[in-house]
Amino acid sequence: MNGGDVTSSSAATSGPPPSLDWRFSQVFGERTAGEEVQEVDIISAIEFDKSGDHLATGDRGGRVVLFERTDTRDHGGSRRDLEQTDYAVRHPEFRYKTEFQSHEPEFDYLKSLEIEEKINKIRWCQPANGALFLLSTNDKTIKYWKVQEKKIKKISEMNIDPSKAESSSSPPQLVANGLPADKAHGYLSNDFSFPPGGIPSLRLPVVTSQETNLVARCRRVYAHAHDYHINSISNSSDGETFISADDLRVNLWNLEISNQSFNIVDVKPTNMEDLTEVITSAEFHPIHCNMLAYSSSKGSIRLIDMRQSALCDSHTKLFEEPEAPGSRSFFTEIIASISDIKFSKDGRYILSRDYMTLKLWDINMDSGPVASYQVHEHLRPRLCDLYENDSIFDKFECCLSGDGLRVATGSYSNLFRVFGASQGSTEAATLEASKNPMRRQIQTPARPSRSIGSMTRVVRRGSESPGTEANGNAYDFTTKLLHMAWHPTENSIACAAANSLYMYYA
Amino acid sequence: MAMVDEPLYPIAVLIDELKNDDIQLRLNSIRRLSTIARALGEERTRKELIPFLSENSDDDDEVLLAMAEELGVFIPFVGGIEYAHVLLPPLESLCTVEETCVREKAVDSLCKIGSQMRETDLVDSFVPLVKRLAAGEWFAARVSACGIFHVAYQGCTDVLKTELRSTYSLLCQDDMPMVRRAAASNLGKFATTVESTYLIAEIMTMFDDLTKDDQDSVRLLAVEGCAALGKLLEPQDCVARILPVIVNFSQDKSWRVRYMVANQLYELCEAVGPDCTKTDLVPAYVRLLRDNEAEVRIAAAGKVTKFCRLLNPELAIQHILPCVKELSSDSSQHVRSALASVIMGMAPILGKDSTIEHLLPIFLSLLKDEFPDVRLNIISKLDQVNQVIGIDLLSQSLLPAIVELAEDRHWRVRLAIIEYVPLLASQLGIGFFDDKLGALCMQWLQDKVYSIREAAANNLKRLAEEFGPEWAMQHLVPQVLDMVNNPHYLHRMMVLRAISLMAPVMGSEITCSKFLPVVVEASKDRVPNIKFNVAKLLQSLIPIVDQSVVDKTIRQCLVDLSEDPDVDVRYFANQALNSIDGTTAAQS
Repeated sequence: MNGGDVTSSSAATSGPPPSLDWRFSQVFGERTAGEEVQEVDIISAIEFDKSGDHLATGDRGGRVVLFERTDTRDHGGSRRDLEQTDYAVRHPEFRYKTEFQSHEPEFDYLKSLEIEEKINKIRWCQPANGALFLLSTNDKTIKYWKVQEKKIKKISEMNIDPSKAESSSSPPQLVANGLPADKAHGYLSNDFSFPPGGIPSLRLPVVTSQETNLVARCRRVYAHAHDYHINSISNSSDGETFISADDLRVNLWNLEISNQSFNIVDVKPTNMEDLTEVITSAEFHPIHCNMLAYSSSKGSIRLIDMRQSALCDSHTKLFEEPEAPGSRSFFTEIIASISDIKFSKDGRYILSRDYMTLKLWDINMDSGPVASYQVHEHLRPRLCDLYENDSIFDKFECCLSGDGLRVATGSYSNLFRVFGASQGSTEAATLEASKNPMRRQIQTPARPSRSIGSMTRVVRRGSESPGTEANGNAYDFTTKLLHMAWHPTENSIACAAANSLYMYYA
Repeated sequence: MAMVDEPLYPIAVLIDELKNDDIQLRLNSIRRLSTIARALGEERTRKELIPFLSENSDDDDEVLLAMAEELGVFIPFVGGIEYAHVLLPPLESLCTVEETCVREKAVDSLCKIGSQMRETDLVDSFVPLVKRLAAGEWFAARVSACGIFHVAYQGCTDVLKTELRSTYSLLCQDDMPMVRRAAASNLGKFATTVESTYLIAEIMTMFDDLTKDDQDSVRLLAVEGCAALGKLLEPQDCVARILPVIVNFSQDKSWRVRYMVANQLYELCEAVGPDCTKTDLVPAYVRLLRDNEAEVRIAAAGKVTKFCRLLNPELAIQHILPCVKELSSDSSQHVRSALASVIMGMAPILGKDSTIEHLLPIFLSLLKDEFPDVRLNIISKLDQVNQVIGIDLLSQSLLPAIVELAEDRHWRVRLAIIEYVPLLASQLGIGFFDDKLGALCMQWLQDKVYSIREAAANNLKRLAEEFGPEWAMQHLVPQVLDMVNNPHYLHRMMVLRAISLMAPVMGSEITCSKFLPVVVEASKDRVPNIKFNVAKLLQSLIPIVDQSVVDKTIRQCLVDLSEDPDVDVRYFANQALNSIDGTTAAQS
């Protein structure tokens, strides 16, 4: 894969990059003490756009909230001044831009099923004419949104007094003739001849007031193509197609055509009793429009090449790690299930998250992952409890930094972990999604002195040393950090803790 | 607020509604843009209406689409060709919207206008517009630009031409795949305007780049360019430059590219001429017919007749026919179905003997296919074979196939075969029909599915047309009329339906002597639905029969029905009575 060597070469020549010092940047929708979190406000999807100038979140209430970067280049000269005066403001900062109701709760009368409005995934599309475009999906329906500044029109200078025209759509003169108003246009051309110079008394409406406001319009609805719940959407690098994946199928759509999609992967067995594996996540290759990967509940990732066949039931490459002998238990299959996969920006690597670990795969090496990072190893003794309270089925997302040097994923107690992915790196940080580092002081035995000054609580550990909080009792399984995203070009992470969006930079 | 004279009121409303909140009204006003322009006069149209429209590009897509279309024919309203350039700004802004159909319409309209513009205006305003779009910040503008180069190129200076060519070449290498796709699909059009010296030197280089693009979606559009460019090049250049590309494409890694080749190969044959077709394209086509991917085989199978038409029969028999045999037992039903829909067309190409020897076994096996679509496709093209070898050889296998389809459990399949019965009847002749198919036609009248019964009634009408009233009188009418005593009212209703369809074909005499008594009898049915259908039917019979019959029989029957206890029966009876009075009034 071309471009893939950027990561490896930089890692090889200069050794592992220094560990990052993470700092708190911003929080949106922070909880005040004792505030009850409303179910509908819980964030269920986070996504940066390609440029990193915009960030979108979706929540369980079906809303999509957009944020825009405030420190972008288009400040021009003033920005340069800013840099000189205060170096610290260089990290991305965002402000609330707009929000809209993307999905509403529905009821499927045929199947007697409620369809939740919860946003499962958001994907940004190519912007055009200053408007932003994005895809959002709940369990069943994908929608294509356009968000654009629109002028608020105020019309003045009409030919006909609006108050009069309003009161009766058919003018009195015509009523007298017995002609309905809507037919009046039709009659006009027949028995009316225009003077060659035109009629001077007629005038065009004049639009005044140039105020603008942001309007989100749903451009297309891609519905009725999934029997099961949609877990992923991903757009292709060709700019015209995207895929949507549910438990058993992957469908291919053209952005412009909402009434048909092509089924490209179908893992549904003829007899549902033979079902052993479901699709958990799917993503297009970031550069090659013919390649996509999907992960399964059995812990495998399949790479498929759409050039080979219209129906891609047979994969091109299969990535899975052979089970360690003797370690098999009741939970083996459950914890092997991959909850999320992400391609690195250059398309060379795939990052996968299962319940216990993060794994980085080189798409040119299907014998095993190039790296594994223990995330939840310390929870192994407690799998039984986790199973009982269903936590074991939590779907944690993962993300890679834009330069491919680091990977990150979420955990319980609103913690998330960042690992160095380059060769030889031992970087491993555990951070809490909060801006008050003192709140959970009991968990921070090894807090390095330099993070005292920062607002974020930062704990540095090697991946082998689980730390004290690993013995479990302090873990709060109700506060889990499932959704997070890494800024495409800078070391900045957005993560969701319940209804709050926290941003960190390094 | 100005008040307007009375006669201007409608036009004033029309203008105001250009900015109405109701999209339907805005749409209506835009569709009548020419009226507005005439009312304003040419000068004010140029100075006010057009700038006004240019500001309007954030309206809804439907409105923009209508606007793009109207502007394409707007030259007369702005004062003729010399003012055509004023129409460019609004269309330019429409070329940049993100909705594809609006952009395409705007590009169409720009092409229409550009092709009428004077050369000086073209250079002064159209070419700069093309350059602006091609350098547009957003991909939408650049995509639109690709579609208007061919208009700009004609009639501009050599310097500008060089510039345009290099701009187009940049578009072919654009970062955005959407732009490269637009450049690929418009390359053929652009090439037709480019001088032949630059064709090889520059256009072919762009073409080569596109054929090597990383993105499937770009490469497969380049396939379309093959045929277009091939027709422009000298035969030897075509063989040297296009043929290798086609052959490569036919073995491309991506099935979508091969699919495009399979769809277009017969057109490409024309471009490279018969010799190369024989040596290079026949093997390529054979490969496609045996492709791993069913979609490719479907496309290739669907073109088998068209392709064979380009070859002589020996080549077809030697190379193509073996593949056709394989395809007739292909694992994919869609491949067999595609083959079945065209294979009958091969009979005239191969001639009688070869058809009997090679094709007949294939026809017969496809007629026995387990998949109804395959059988239907064969039956639908029966006439093509009949002309070559006659129907007798097929009729033995045909009947079981028809009967099976006629009784298929999917009503859509039954519906499809009914549609073909008149064709079958005309091909097989009266004798065969009487023996075998007549009973089926009656059976369908009592089908469980309404659509089938309806189609069956219509089928009777078409048969009556095909074989004439006399035959129908003998073979259809008695059987139909027998059903009038059926215990099921829906079936009795079908008799009425059949009568209403057949009566115009059978003529006045039979209608009066055979149909009318049955209808009158039915008016005494106990089911109101039958009775009001009688009323409707009688109304439809009025123009067919003599006035005396109307007065004597029909009117009396309707009068009786108009006193029926059921409100619907009374309603339709009165409707029919009114129409009698209407026609008598008109006659007198």
